[in-house]
Amino acid sequence: MSEFTFLYRGSDPSGSPEQMQKTMQKWVAWFKELGASGHIKDPGHPLERTGKVVKGNQKSVHDGPYAEAKDVVGGYTLIEAKDLAQAVELSKGCPILEVGGSVEVRPIRILNM
Amino acid sequence: MELSDHLFRREAGRMVAALTRVFGVHNLALAEDVVQDAFCRAMEVWRMRGVPENPSAWLMATAKNRALDVLRRQRTARTFAPELGRLLESEWTLAPVVEELFAANAIKDDLLRMMFSCCHPRLSEEAQVALMLNILCGFSVDEIAGAFVSSHAAIEKRIARAKKIFSGSKRLFDVTAPAEFSKRLPAVQRALYFLFNEGYHGASPETAVRTELCHEAIRLGVILLDHPLGGTPSSYALSALMCFDAARLPSRVDASGNLISLFDQDRSLWDQNLVLKGLKLMELSASGPELTEYHVEAAIASIYSTAARAEETNWQTIVSLYDTLMTICPSPIVALNRAIAVAQRDGPERGLEEIAAIKDRDRLSAYPFYAAALGELELRSGREDAAREHFRTAQGLARNPMERRFLDRRMEACDRPGNGAA
Repeated sequence: MSEFTFLYRGSDPSGSPEQMQKTMQKWVAWFKELGASGHIKDPGHPLERTGKVVKGNQKSVHDGPYAEAKDVVGGYTLIEAKDLAQAVELSKGCPILEVGGSVEVRPIRILNM
Repeated sequence: MELSDHLFRREAGRMVAALTRVFGVHNLALAEDVVQDAFCRAMEVWRMRGVPENPSAWLMATAKNRALDVLRRQRTARTFAPELGRLLESEWTLAPVVEELFAANAIKDDLLRMMFSCCHPRLSEEAQVALMLNILCGFSVDEIAGAFVSSHAAIEKRIARAKKIFSGSKRLFDVTAPAEFSKRLPAVQRALYFLFNEGYHGASPETAVRTELCHEAIRLGVILLDHPLGGTPSSYALSALMCFDAARLPSRVDASGNLISLFDQDRSLWDQNLVLKGLKLMELSASGPELTEYHVEAAIASIYSTAARAEETNWQTIVSLYDTLMTICPSPIVALNRAIAVAQRDGPERGLEEIAAIKDRDRLSAYPFYAAALGELELRSGREDAAREHFRTAQGLARNPMERRFLDRRMEACDRPGNGAA
């Protein structure tokens, strides 16, 4: 088994309360399915949309990140999968894809000493 | 933890009612923003960390905290609820006051206050109902447009205008003043009945949508009954009526979306719990000197809903109830329904006579079920050609595909002489 992160980008949740509840229920169902098949290492956390960005040798502190809404990482999850192909397959169930968001699937590099 | 159906929608109404109480009626838009924000937070957190043990409490606490933020940050720039006045200005009183306003009991009153405020006398019934659906029931403009089979633009305009009048009123309706309360109560009852009928007879082709409107009306009716001033005999009668009618919802339309006449409905599908609830409410409505149209209509609906078979319906009683209804609130529609009941009791020819005797009969000319009733009675009298013509007229007036299909089938019945049963 290898580990991967799913980085969720974009998709400010919006719509009528009923639509939001439906979207919410899709996430719950998707997570349940991932969990039941033993693929969730850590459900992860949502991230606030803004914070600070610290840059360079001067360690200058900026507000941000001011990326486009669709590029902001809204949260992450740690996934266990056989290989990248399987992790990608798992990510395809993510409801964020239905509302114009994206999932970035990144293998976690484990150092073999 | 699973979310119960429509939880977000219901909570939207409760949150916006509580927040409007704190922020003041002129800050309705701000209250709506805070609600939207609470839902966004819930989405972001719950989708990864799971739905909390008590999602309603989570949402309400989030709205409350956000309200405190807003009050602290904007108290110099904005005015909030005038009746809370200085209590919101000092840190000593702010938190306890807001805490109190978000207690479960306070929120129940807020919902009622909001319901009465939505029934502003300057708003048409359509606007009052659209406003209630939007603010109290958490329906979006699109969802309301879908339910009313209206355009997005038309509903948006109606709601925007209604909100302007709503926000322009100095304060929320005061539900503790008995005189004011009784004065507005009939308008609130009418709006609830209007909402219910929009679901029951409404134009939306989707049964699910219409059923939801009926259940929202019943739910708001319960809030009314829960209040000492709202639980009048007429309110009980209205709730009883809605329960009886709603009990028959499951059989009004068959699996392929066809409208089924009362006589042909599968009565085993009727919701007996709702019938029992209706009977209990009707009992509670039977007090005081006042006999309202809701009392009489509930009595009629109770007879329909408790007859095990169509043939066992007591038409004699129904006709006399319609007689009473004609004295309380005479209308061509009531007269038409009375004539149909007479036809059931005394035969189709008598029914046709009664219809011919309706005063202001011309006011029914755009109502498809007027022509349909004529067709039905002509068909039962064995005059298929006349019947077909009436059904054709009715079909030209039908308001939705479901009604059109129903009338199609009635026209087909005219081609099978001797097949008069609906």
